[in-house]
Order: sequence, then C-alpha cells, then structure tokens
Amino acid sequence: MNDVFQLSVIAGILTSAIRLATPYLYAAIGEAFSQRSGVLNLGVDGIMLISAYASFYVVLHTNSIWLGLLAAIVVGLLMGLLMSFVSVTLKAEQGISGIGLYMFGLGLSSLLFKITIGTVKTVTGFQPVKIPLLGNIPVIGNIFFNHSLLVYGAFLLVPVAWWIMEKTTWGLRIKSVGQNPAAADSLGVNVDRVRYVSVCIGAMLAGIAGASLSISLLNLFQDNLTAGQGFIAVALVYFGGWKPVGILWGALLFSTVNAFQLWMQVLGVKIPSDVAIMLPYLLTIAALAVTINRVRQPAALNKPFERGES
Amino acid sequence: MPPEKDEKAVHARRFDFSGLFFNALLPLAGMLVALLIGAIMLLILKVNPLTAYAQMVNGAFGSVSGITQTLVKATPLLLVGLGICIAFRASVINIGGEGQIIVGALAATWFPLTFRTWPGWLLIPSTLLVGFAAGAVWGFIPGILKARLKVNEILTTVMMNAVGLQLMNLLVRSVLMDPAVIVSGTYLAQSERLPEQAWLVRLVPKTLLNTGSLIAVALAIVVYIFLWRTTIGYRIRAVGFNAEAARFSGINVPFNQALSLTLAGGFAGIAGAIEVMGVQHRLLEGITSGYGFSGIVAALFGGLHPLGTIPASILFGALLVGGDKMQRAVQVPNSLIDAILGLVVLFVVGSALWSRRWAAHRQMAAAKNQEEQA
Repeated sequence: MNDVFQLSVIAGILTSAIRLATPYLYAAIGEAFSQRSGVLNLGVDGIMLISAYASFYVVLHTNSIWLGLLAAIVVGLLMGLLMSFVSVTLKAEQGISGIGLYMFGLGLSSLLFKITIGTVKTVTGFQPVKIPLLGNIPVIGNIFFNHSLLVYGAFLLVPVAWWIMEKTTWGLRIKSVGQNPAAADSLGVNVDRVRYVSVCIGAMLAGIAGASLSISLLNLFQDNLTAGQGFIAVALVYFGGWKPVGILWGALLFSTVNAFQLWMQVLGVKIPSDVAIMLPYLLTIAALAVTINRVRQPAALNKPFERGES
Repeated sequence: MPPEKDEKAVHARRFDFSGLFFNALLPLAGMLVALLIGAIMLLILKVNPLTAYAQMVNGAFGSVSGITQTLVKATPLLLVGLGICIAFRASVINIGGEGQIIVGALAATWFPLTFRTWPGWLLIPSTLLVGFAAGAVWGFIPGILKARLKVNEILTTVMMNAVGLQLMNLLVRSVLMDPAVIVSGTYLAQSERLPEQAWLVRLVPKTLLNTGSLIAVALAIVVYIFLWRTTIGYRIRAVGFNAEAARFSGINVPFNQALSLTLAGGFAGIAGAIEVMGVQHRLLEGITSGYGFSGIVAALFGGLHPLGTIPASILFGALLVGGDKMQRAVQVPNSLIDAILGLVVLFVVGSALWSRRWAAHRQMAAAKNQEEQA
C-alpha cells in the first residue's frame, strides 16, 4: 500500500489522467455545441465506435495516421448528417433517435470489424511528442508535455470552443437557437441550418474522440471499444454546465478516477476490479444529482422547432 | 359547439381505423427501408441478400424450434417493451432496461438458491416478485432523482446500466459463483443451477419455450387495463400528454414520472427473472443479450401500446433468431441485425412527423366538415 504514495506512482496516475481525458474532451465539447443549439445527441457513443473503426482500418491499411484521422472526421460528419436529418428535419424525439444512432453505430462497427479485420490487431498510431524545454522539466514535463498530438489537441479545444461560443457571431447564433428558436427565427436566423451545423461539429469531434482511442491511446480496435465513454461524455456536458471549462474539470475528474483505478489494479491493490469500474458511473450519478440545479440548461434543449407552433 | 356534436367527434375518434392503419403502416415502411439498406450492406459484403433474408425467415419461422426460439426471444422484448410503454406514456425515457434486467436476474437467482426448500407454488411467484422488486429499485433511483432533483433520467438510466453490469460481474464471480466450477477449477462466470421447483414449466418438449411467455402476454393485458382503465394509468398518460395541463388539474407530475420509471424497471426485472427461471436455469454473463435496447425498438414499433407491443416483439424476436441463423448459414455476423434495429429506431421516430401532420390534417378536415354542416 505504501507504493501508492510514491512520487512515481502519483506522476504515473496524473500522466494517465491527462491521456484518458482526451476522448471525453473531444466528445463532450462536441456534444456541448450540439446541445447549446437545442439538440440532445445521445448517439455520441455510436459515432465514436464507427469512427474509431474507420480510422483504425485506414491506418491498418495505409499506415497514415493523418488519413486515419480524416476518415474518423468524415465518418463522424456522415453520422452527424444522419442524426440532424432525423432530429432536425424530421423533428424526431431526440432521446430516442440518439439511441437509434448508437445502436446503428455499435452494430455497424462490430459488423465491419468482424468482416474486414476479424481478430484484434494493433497499429502504430500517434506517438508522444515531447515539447522542447517544457518537456524537460523533471516530473512535470512527463505529466503534461510528453503526449501525442491528439492529446494536446483535446486540451487546446477548450479555449477554442470557449472563444467560438462566447466571442463569435456563430456562437451567439448557436446559443440563441438553443435558448429561444422562435425569437431567433423571427430575427432571420435559419434555425434548422444552425442546428445542422452544430450537430455536425459535435459529431465530427465525436469522430476524433473515437480516433483518439483507436489510433492514439489504445492503438487497437475491438467490439464495443468505447464501453460507454460516449454516454459519460453526454453526462459531462450537464456536469460542466454546457461550458468548455466546466467540461474540462469534469473530464479531468473522471479520467483521474479512471487512472487511479487502473493503477491500483496494476499495483495489485486488493479492490475488486468490478467495483473499481463501477466507480466512475456512480460518481456520474452523484455529480449529476449535485450539479444539475446549479446551471440552467438551454431552454429549447430536446425540443424540435416547428415554425408557427409557439 | 353543441354537446351532441362534441360526443360525435369523440365517437368518431374512437373508431379511427384509418389512423390506426397509418400508425401501423409507417413503422412497417420504416422496417422495409431498414431491411433494404441491410440488403445493400449485404451486397457490399458480397452476400446475396435474398439468400440471407430467406435464411432469416426460415430460421425464425421454418421449424418448431425456430418458432419457439422466436417466442422465447420475444418474451423479454415484450416485458421490457411494456415498461417502455408506461414510461414513454409519462414522457420519461427509460434507457435503463439492460441494468434493470440484470438486477432482476440477479435477485431471481439469489432468492431460490437461498430459499431452496420452499415448494414451487410459493417459490415461483415470490421469485418473480423479487425480480420485479429488484428491477423496480433500479428504475426508482433515476425516477426519484428526476422527481426530486430534476436529474435527466436518460443519463442516470444509462449509468445504472453500467453499475448493474459490474454488480453482476462482481457477484457471479464471488458469492453467487457455482461451487461446481470452483471445485473443477474452470471458474466460469456462472451461478449454481436453480432448484428444480423454481423452474418455469416448458410448454413444448425439447424447446426453451416456457410459461414465462404466457406470463408476459397476460401482463401486456394487465398493463393495457392499467393505462386505460384505471385512475393512476390515466394520470400517467395525462402527464405525458401535457405535463403543464396535468399539473394545473392537480396531478402530481414528478410523482407519476417516478412511478412510471419504477414500474418500467419492474417489468424489465421480471424479464430478467424469466430468463433465469425459464430459459437458462442459472445466471450467466451476457444474460441481457441487449434486450434492454431492443425492447425499446419493440415498444416504439408497437406504437407504445401494450397490445401493439405483442406482435412487434414477436417480429423483433424473429429478427434476432433469424439473424443467428443467417450468421451460421451465410457467415454474416449477426451484428448486422443490431445495425438494422438502430435504423428501424431512426426511421420510426423520424416518421412520427408524418403521422402527426396526417392527424393534424384530418382534424382540420373534420373541423371544416363540421363547419359546413352547421
């Protein structure tokens, strides 16, 4: 038990935590765009799965990580278009269409994996890139500045997303459409188009989240690779109060708990792994219960917009 | 408007056959499109879709074992679907079927193994009840969180799935683990076999079809009566139809939403109990087989009506059995069925727009007609 408190172990846990936050950050910030515009996309996990497969397949056959990343984004976009068509154009009940999208992504990724790859293989994905100078600082350098490009990208996304949401006309449009679509519509904002764009941005980021698992963190693909991380990402959006910075804290909290759990198993500390795996989920429920009343959700979230209805 | 005319309008709506036709036709059209897309996928996989689909139909309906298998798979779909009907009628979305099935199965394994001396006439009903109660608890937690703290039930039910799954993994490898696999050293993740008097009676010899299917159909009728013929059922539907109006007429909206989620969990719990008592006779990993999700599809397809869910769950039971047969016959992984199910969900919820527009159109026409008559 003494091992746990050694500096190297703590550093190891923190390094893992930074890495493991990556898929959560991409997926949850993407979902925040979608939800800010009023669309609850519950199919994030399905998008992540199919994009993770696509990028893995491309890297396996071309050895090009950038083509793999592109494939994940394109597949994410296609899934986003499908989700927007059903939820925005056809105005479907979003919670259910999201589950449909999830089942479709889960089934299709498993089908394609079994047919085109079959067994678990590994690829050489994004490699750690040490940032000059900063990466040489003892301990800290390794924790923060020796990761793959996708990890840096995830953390850069936080200020970028904040800037888009708070400082640009587009961000204002997205928020207005999610808050009061009728008013936005009367001011000449094309509600459906803004929602299409937001859902698709979210889906492309979910695609990158999938790729970050299959060609950066794990470098492999298997059935149900995400194991529900997409759903946790959706919960993180609520937890983070629909703000990128809030999501960052949520993602880090989760990834730290996860990293701690993994390291405990590596060190052979006697807690059943099932209990350890359960922890993040129980934590999510508790976190949702504590935070949900603090922040108001976008007023039109989960409400399809139809002209002349209200 | 004079009262008699009002009555006439109500009467006319009750016998709205064309509406019913439309509501049944749209999901079927959605299904057809999903199967067509599946056929395109098969073509890309260089499998003749006609052969594959013929194998599916043959597998599901072509033999006694196929038909009974279909009904065995339809049973949990129906039970989960019944819960979905209750929840969705109160506009509560229950994605927690998987976890609720699991805890129902867990409870229905633990109970008969603990009270193994009880006679069957007592053990079977109480085990079913315990399964219901366990599932109900799994539904109650998200329900009360929604009612008291306005926590989104979609998210909590999803999280409860993961908690339930890990709970099963934990128990089936510890206190519930079969002593035989410990002795033999294989350590398979399974429980001891239930005492025989806790088994549900097999209806057709040498098949898995058991009285659980009859229980499910009976419960479908009970749920129908509950939703349309009792005050509580009326309140639940009123909450879903228009929460604001329900609140103004004195109905406790959060209470009814929590209640509906609890009941939904309970029905999924019974599904888990029947899987253990009627099919497997023990707890195994993967006992849910995704029924928690496919039950949603069946309920949606059945128009969120308990009786409509009966044929819908048979249809999807057939799809699952047929998918297994297709996997064996033409080597197409049955994940194809999952993908098709997902598309069916997307198309069915997507097509609801047209049925709403159609209903609005008919209402307008009826109003115009009345005006002309007056």
